Amino acid sequence: MAEAGSTGTDSEEYEYFFLGNVQYEDEPLEGVEITVEGGGFKASAETDADGKWRIGVPEKASYKVTLDEDTLPKGVIVAEDEENPRTAEFGLTNTKSVNFFLGEGTRQTVSFFDQLLNRLANGVNFGLLLALAAIGLSLIYGTTGLSNFAHSEMITFGALMLLTFSSDLGFPVWIAIIIALLLSLGLGWSLDGVIWKPLRRRGVGVIQLMIVSIGLSLAMRYTYQFFYGGATRQLPGASPADLQLGPISLSWIDLVSMGVSVVVLLGVAFLLMRTRIGKATRAVADNASLAATSGIDVDRVIRIVWVLGAGLAGLSGILWAYYRPGVSWDMGFQILLLVFAAVTLGGLGTAFGALIGSLIVGIFVELSTLWLPSDMKFVSALVVLILVLLFRPQGILGRRERIG
Amino acid sequence: MSSETTPTSKPVKSTGLHLGDAEPGCRKVDPILVADGVTRTFGGLTAVDVAHVEIPRGAITALIGPNGAGKTTFFNLLTGFDKPDSGTWQFDGRSLAHVPAYRVARMGLIRTFQLTKSLGLLSVLDNMKLGAKDQTGENLFRSLLPFLWRKQEQQIEAKAVELLTRFKLDAKQHDYAASLSGGQRKLLEMARALMSDPTLVMLDEPMAGVNPALTQSLLDHILDLKTQGMTVLFVEHDMHMVRHIADWVVVMAEGRIVAEGDPHSVMQDQAVIDAYLGAHHDTDLGAAHTSNVEAVKELIDDEQ
Amino acid sequence: MIDWGSIFSNAAVELISPTTAAYALAALGLAVHFGYTGLLNFGQAGFMAIGAYGYAISVLTFGFPVWGAVLVGIGASIVFALILGIPTLRLRADYLAIVTIAAAEIVRLLFTTNTFVAVTGSANGLSEYKGGFRALNPLSFEGKAGFGPWMFSANDWWNIIVGWSVVILAVLFTWLLMRSPWGRVIKGIREDEDAVRALGKNVYSYKMQSLIIGGVFGTLAGMIFIMPRAVIPSAYATSLTFFIWAILLLGGAATILGPVLGSIVFWVLLSFFSGFIARAVEAGWFPISEVQAGQLRFILVGVAIMLLVIFRPQGLLGNKKEMSFVK
Repeated sequence: MAEAGSTGTDSEEYEYFFLGNVQYEDEPLEGVEITVEGGGFKASAETDADGKWRIGVPEKASYKVTLDEDTLPKGVIVAEDEENPRTAEFGLTNTKSVNFFLGEGTRQTVSFFDQLLNRLANGVNFGLLLALAAIGLSLIYGTTGLSNFAHSEMITFGALMLLTFSSDLGFPVWIAIIIALLLSLGLGWSLDGVIWKPLRRRGVGVIQLMIVSIGLSLAMRYTYQFFYGGATRQLPGASPADLQLGPISLSWIDLVSMGVSVVVLLGVAFLLMRTRIGKATRAVADNASLAATSGIDVDRVIRIVWVLGAGLAGLSGILWAYYRPGVSWDMGFQILLLVFAAVTLGGLGTAFGALIGSLIVGIFVELSTLWLPSDMKFVSALVVLILVLLFRPQGILGRRERIG
Repeated sequence: MSSETTPTSKPVKSTGLHLGDAEPGCRKVDPILVADGVTRTFGGLTAVDVAHVEIPRGAITALIGPNGAGKTTFFNLLTGFDKPDSGTWQFDGRSLAHVPAYRVARMGLIRTFQLTKSLGLLSVLDNMKLGAKDQTGENLFRSLLPFLWRKQEQQIEAKAVELLTRFKLDAKQHDYAASLSGGQRKLLEMARALMSDPTLVMLDEPMAGVNPALTQSLLDHILDLKTQGMTVLFVEHDMHMVRHIADWVVVMAEGRIVAEGDPHSVMQDQAVIDAYLGAHHDTDLGAAHTSNVEAVKELIDDEQ
Repeated sequence: MIDWGSIFSNAAVELISPTTAAYALAALGLAVHFGYTGLLNFGQAGFMAIGAYGYAISVLTFGFPVWGAVLVGIGASIVFALILGIPTLRLRADYLAIVTIAAAEIVRLLFTTNTFVAVTGSANGLSEYKGGFRALNPLSFEGKAGFGPWMFSANDWWNIIVGWSVVILAVLFTWLLMRSPWGRVIKGIREDEDAVRALGKNVYSYKMQSLIIGGVFGTLAGMIFIMPRAVIPSAYATSLTFFIWAILLLGGAATILGPVLGSIVFWVLLSFFSGFIARAVEAGWFPISEVQAGQLRFILVGVAIMLLVIFRPQGLLGNKKEMSFVK
């Protein structure tokens, strides 16, 4: 288990290891960086003086192993017919050796400006999918006062359902997506019906509700792991070849993902601004008791917000599964803090703030990989969150009164 | 209550408090609190815009006005619980601008709240003790050495019990404050404010939600404060009470001071009558709710 | 068949294990934060990580003696508390929750990243820092000693003695604080900070003091936690914080002995449950794998948190009236 809670009697170190040997023309190479990534786990190691490396992993599952070509001596690359990164899986033993054959050659380098554009495009894509989840979180916060930590599991749910219906049950992907979205809507409906509405009836305070959502998040997350296991699985047809759009390379899935996000976000905007239910939602968000006295059925509005929020989270999870790529039990939890950061950046409880906050977080996370090692990319977004709270606690679009 | 100091039927009014005509912003003989050009806006709406006001020392001043006149906001600004967009104000000649709320309280300006803030899960006695100033045992390091603060604690407790007896809450001193009735909480909050021997007591709607049986006793306590040399500034809706105990009345409407004077003359003032009749009794300008009002209105329009 | 004896004796070991002590201390820190002051700290794992790494890095990289390493850990956690508190303690309560959970993740990611592998050991973590601590052990016997299920080596006994001594000292310290006027102010802040501010108390400063005290408890807990094991960054994930919350809510948030009792009950029950399920799976009673059996405990903890908060918010030891949830 990669998580905490192991007692003294449990395993103290990882039981499973990847190992290998990096040599060039029979000479060991020192200081070459190897990264192992998968199932939400990521670790790197450098080769020692003998060219050897070893990385422990928490699960006996398949991982992506990458050799960082930048750390090879000049003029040396991974041989062209060698896969890098490559997927490696354990056999019967608890160790698995992964070796890369090196050859002579020069690395293809991309100019800094092109990298910047590429990261920017990816950042917009990532930001848009965060926004789908963030708006739901923000609407729920606005109407009920709940900081819903179980939102991450609503994100994961969409991806897991897609995986179940496409890979496991063999439905065509587009039908599986529709089923997954419908089930996500149903999840929102039943979570509100079974847990949140009864708790509202009992008059449970918002802090208590928040802690309940934390317990729910933990229980749901490990229920997913219980049934789906700890490994990351790929969706059919994920990671197709990139298309070149000038200096930017994106796959058609990336383009569709961005298109879907934009259309859905516009739809949500229309819903909030122009429809009766949207106006009722805004009224409840601003002042629930006043809205109730104006004849708005607050419980019904909140139910709709939960259904909508869960649907958006499920869609966000599906897009996140293609973006990562892969489906795993804790994939939602990996981005939960980024979603919270986005919502807080934009101003708690403001839907459009959540969109802007998400784009900032998404772009920031991707751009930071230009300077920071990729295993630190989430750090920068969280640091920005703390800095923003320091200087503009109400968020970018929030009003000062809200933090009172 | 100590009956020898309490005039029950006809309180002695302080007079001759002002200089010149009794008009908005008029000068006082001995002001304790002076505010100049204090403004506060919420999202484009002006909640408070007070050009000049002086509160007379040693008297009971009532701050009245229709709903949404900005009385409570003005209270919050004066006591450091909210920050104005502009303005200066002095208490006893010392500027209070940018002074945090707890420092304002330490200077001797103690306030209560419209919605009582009794600390529900502390005992009544602990509520009282919390009000005392300069406690040695409230320092983190000294708190660990009880012999440093035990003596002071006993003095504070004695004072607290004495005040509770005066406010007829002594029988409840070991109960949780949450178990008190609304009126008793108001009394507790006032008694707690007195623990620090304040010079100016600011009461935000002391009568709101109080059982009529307790009203007279609360009134007597407020009059008591004056007899003991304290200055009182209070916000109130009940005109009967204002007329009964206030020495001076300041009237606010739409954030401004529209009239000042002694209780009898101010009630005849045309500006005051206009303010009350012309006010929107239904909409509280509580600022943060404006967009909500918009949304509700849109919704009503759709219905029709 | 099921070996009930070993299930019970494993559960009995948890009763006094240093891990139980570490969780009790971390939960006591949360009690100071949440139960007494009303601060929503969801980054206790971050404080524990700082204790663990502060100690291990001081010893391994800088060669500090035990007391020096402990002081470095405490100093680092005070700095961490200041960084968390300065932007958030003036804001509404849930901002602190979001910032602490984010900060704890930042800490974990910084200790996990390969960039600082020379100091942190990256994902493999650190070990070999226990020499100085063990050299202080006055016990010296070969093999195991004790009675009943509590048969431990000299080093294990040393971990237990030091761990529980720190817990007892922290309990006394908290008890003294909470019955003093300082504790009265802190509890007043939990109830209504504006009221306390209106009485002339510097609420911001008191909240900061509380954040630091509870954080230092978490840091010391982090040090006790790593004495019987190695430092592994993945141990300090968010779910560690959630486990400690479960313990706090179980024992009673606004009590001093609640966190200790909560930790003992939690670990004994969890060990019993895990042991039972694991052996029942071996015996073929349930059609699930051993890995799945391990996951059941997390599900159980999650459900327990929900049920406790809803149905018994005051915990095992709390007074029904003085339940910790005010707002």
